[in-house]
Amino acid sequence: MSVQAQAETKLGVLIVLAVVAVLWGGLAQITPLFFQHSTTEPVAGLKPYTPLQLEGRDIYIREGCVGCHSQMIRPFRAETERYGHYSVAGEFVYDRPFLWGSKRTGPDLHRVGGRYSDDWHRAHLINPRDVVPESIMPAYPWLATNDLDGSAIQDKMRTLTLVGHPYTESEIEAAPASLEGKKEIDALIAYLQSLGLQVKQRR
Amino acid sequence: MSDFTSEFWSWFVIAITAGSILWLFYLLRGNKRVEGEPGVPTGHVWDENLEELNNPLPRWWLIMFYITIFFSIVYLVLYPGMGSFKGLLGWTEVGQYEAEVKAADAEFGPLFAKFEQTPIPELAKNTAAMAAGERLFVNYCAVCHGSDARGAPGFPNLRDNDWLYGGSPEKIEETILNGRQSNGMISWEASLGGEEGVNQVAEYVMSLSGRDVDQALAAKGKEKFALCAGCHMPDGTGNQVLGAPNLTDNIWLYGGSPRTIRESIAKGRSGKMPAHNEFLGKAKSHILAAYVYSLSN
Repeated sequence: MSVQAQAETKLGVLIVLAVVAVLWGGLAQITPLFFQHSTTEPVAGLKPYTPLQLEGRDIYIREGCVGCHSQMIRPFRAETERYGHYSVAGEFVYDRPFLWGSKRTGPDLHRVGGRYSDDWHRAHLINPRDVVPESIMPAYPWLATNDLDGSAIQDKMRTLTLVGHPYTESEIEAAPASLEGKKEIDALIAYLQSLGLQVKQRR
Repeated sequence: MSDFTSEFWSWFVIAITAGSILWLFYLLRGNKRVEGEPGVPTGHVWDENLEELNNPLPRWWLIMFYITIFFSIVYLVLYPGMGSFKGLLGWTEVGQYEAEVKAADAEFGPLFAKFEQTPIPELAKNTAAMAAGERLFVNYCAVCHGSDARGAPGFPNLRDNDWLYGGSPEKIEETILNGRQSNGMISWEASLGGEEGVNQVAEYVMSLSGRDVDQALAAKGKEKFALCAGCHMPDGTGNQVLGAPNLTDNIWLYGGSPRTIRESIAKGRSGKMPAHNEFLGKAKSHILAAYVYSLSN
């Protein structure tokens, strides 16, 4: 029985061949990415997120910020003039999952760290129209009143150490204390202010 | 040096890519002809009477597949794709970006250099420079200071010629380049003896700009204003060296309602303008300083 005849008549053979066909390209395109310096090593100065930034990142995910804001500056002058140096792979090694996004209803946020003051972020998150009258971003006033729930922070950090985030045991021990008395907005601002600081270049 | 951790991965990519191309070529060759007699039914029948004939791939179709193979080979010779082989053209994504930036610098660089050498008051009258300044402003400054430059609560209005740190061309440029971190007005609630003291000082502060106030409270506030005079000056006119606002001009950074003024006194305020030298550079900051200067001069 020829291969063709088997693929046409036996479901198992068809499934196996289809899976091989789908995986084949990924074998050459995806597998080597796990064995490249530029994709696996952090850029100079990059540190894992602090507990507060890590919680802020989870709030960023919870509130769906990634639906409207990308974190990926492409190497085009039109983008680097506005946002700063294009993003490089080594900046995202402690992003699990990455939040590159694929839609810009709002601006890219990859280099928003340090661009605006904490006060600005606070006012802007509570009601964007207070500082940018033209803004169409939704308001997130509850972030300023919700207490930060840091009860899972040690589990989160321990899990991340399993995939290579270099948190030390003493950092994990100290994590809950660093979250005490914080509101959700504090964590989110800490996260935003940490974004994209490692690679600097003139806009 | 190759970006791969081991040369193995380069060969891994080459083997899969080249192997796939050869395999596809072999498949096409194999389908050029059919075994047995062409045009004879193979015996497969679907939907009652739809028969499969034993025919080779149409020639035009086969040729299109050959063209795609030829294209892939040309592409892999010219562009990076085969492991660490960089391609004969030497093309890179970063190289293309840098060429784009270089072309833009060649076009706009001389203009920026000319603007950078022009003193700010003169530049503020240059319409071309101010058109550029406006574009820069809406891109980098409007988010806090507003697209009309009239500010927002906590973010200064740049059109009213009232300045926290000074409105001379040099001071404006300094603010843009290095940013400003306010010394921070501390919380005065405790030192003033609680809410009552805050209310008294607030009444006095409002009286400084000629507002209608409760005179008895204001008189008590005036005594306590000595605490404020260190930064805001005994007459309340402020100090631009410290960035302490003038309290007598009825222009309010955080809002002028009695409630907001009481809040400022009770809780303190601390504003911050980020430094822009690093990402805007001197030339653009200079044009922006001229634009901001032009808004009130």
